[in-house]
Amino acid sequence: MPNVTYISSTGETTTIDVPLGTTVMENAIKNGIDGIVAECGGAMMCATCHVYVDPAFLDQLDPIGDEQEEMLGATAAERKPNSRLSCQIHMKPQLAGLIVRMPERQT
Amino acid sequence: MQPGVVIVGGGQAGLEAAAALRTLGYDGTVTLICEEAHAPYQRPPLSKDFLTGKQEADGVFLRALAYYEKHRIDLILGDRVTEINRGGRLVHLAGGGTVAYEQLILAVGSRNRSLPVPGAKHALYLRSLDEAVTLRQRLAEARHGVVVIGGGFIGLEVAAAARGAGKPVTVVEAAPRLMARAVSPPLSDFFLDVHRGQGAEVLLNTAVAEVRPDCVTLTGGRRIDADLVVAGIGVVPNVELAREAGLDVSDGITVDEFLRTSDPDIFAIGDCSHHPRARLESVQNAVDQAKCVARAVMGNPAPYRDVPWFWTDQYEIRFQMAGLSGGHEQTVLRGSIENRKFSVFYFKQGRLLAVDSVNRFGDHIAARKMLAAGTALTPEQASDETVDLKKLAATQSVG
Repeated sequence: MPNVTYISSTGETTTIDVPLGTTVMENAIKNGIDGIVAECGGAMMCATCHVYVDPAFLDQLDPIGDEQEEMLGATAAERKPNSRLSCQIHMKPQLAGLIVRMPERQT
Repeated sequence: MQPGVVIVGGGQAGLEAAAALRTLGYDGTVTLICEEAHAPYQRPPLSKDFLTGKQEADGVFLRALAYYEKHRIDLILGDRVTEINRGGRLVHLAGGGTVAYEQLILAVGSRNRSLPVPGAKHALYLRSLDEAVTLRQRLAEARHGVVVIGGGFIGLEVAAAARGAGKPVTVVEAAPRLMARAVSPPLSDFFLDVHRGQGAEVLLNTAVAEVRPDCVTLTGGRRIDADLVVAGIGVVPNVELAREAGLDVSDGITVDEFLRTSDPDIFAIGDCSHHPRARLESVQNAVDQAKCVARAVMGNPAPYRDVPWFWTDQYEIRFQMAGLSGGHEQTVLRGSIENRKFSVFYFKQGRLLAVDSVNRFGDHIAARKMLAAGTALTPEQASDETVDLKKLAATQSVG
């Protein structure tokens, strides 16, 4: 099973196995990783599962849809070119070993 | 152990209050008392992706169990507060125990309104995870027909899930239009078309006389075969515990703008809380009131002023609401109802009150920002598609 590494704003690093098709957000919640909040549960109504994707993986991500684009304009922490909502990153083989960094704040 | 904060109710409001206290650095004890045997979970998917089978039960929990341990949140599951002893500053549990508090947060939620007709026991309701598991199973087994009593959000989401699964569906609504309590007539009409277009029979101005194991009879005498009857006719806030403790209650537990009840050491948040502005039943209200109450507990109170927002998914329609449209004097349409991409803007004395959006995500987000920032928007600008709402809206977090 592919894994994903989550790095907190203070540098705390957690690597977990992530089943194909599931999202980076839901695996963070199920594994008790702080730093991803997901108040709306992945309904794309909030921007509290914001992550910075390691640049090495940006080419493998799906394009940012219109809805995600709007929500990324409303994150609590600075939006950067590699900002994504982790509820919109679905695990696929090309993303094995993905590294995401979590912002200092989600709200 | 020093008494700290005790939170009664393990819905999203209760959980988010516990989480917000820890985020703000609260160092005392935090006890979260949940009546259900489950750790806190999300309710919105229960009538959406969980019901349609796109999401499983293990995906609805708001936090992993390890979270509660790590953040020293004492989770009491499957027990219920039977009494608040304000003099002694403690709560009594049905299981026989007591928990002392310094500050008490009531996040006791609401319960489904019961169907006031003979045979009501044959109808299912949807609020809890256990109810959702039962409903999902019964929906899969239904062959002859599904009758949904109540054309509000829950009823229509259930109807959409049932039609999506190919079941014959009849929606019975007592009012002259759908979702009448929450949306304006053009939106009620739009959703009526959507549901009828999907093959659901929708009966307005229609009352149920009786529910039987194999059918529903209407007051007009018609009988509708059904092997599944679901009632979604609104909720009643749980005020009894507060009332018996002598706190002020009306439609909900009365609180001030800081979410304090008539006892300064007791707060009420979420569905059960009647704030001076309104009593709301939504994720937004649960989460934002939880953050607000945490600030008050930390001795840094700020009035609750967050912009209300809400969403419902029915078939391929995403409907999003921002603000409160009650008391509006003027409505303005932006976009095309025919193309199923439009927003209705609500104004009072030229001031924007609320925006309801159908498949217009950008309008919704812009509306949340404008309402939060108090951005001036004229009805003419709202209806003019060449006006860029995103640019008008001040850049700020809506998280």
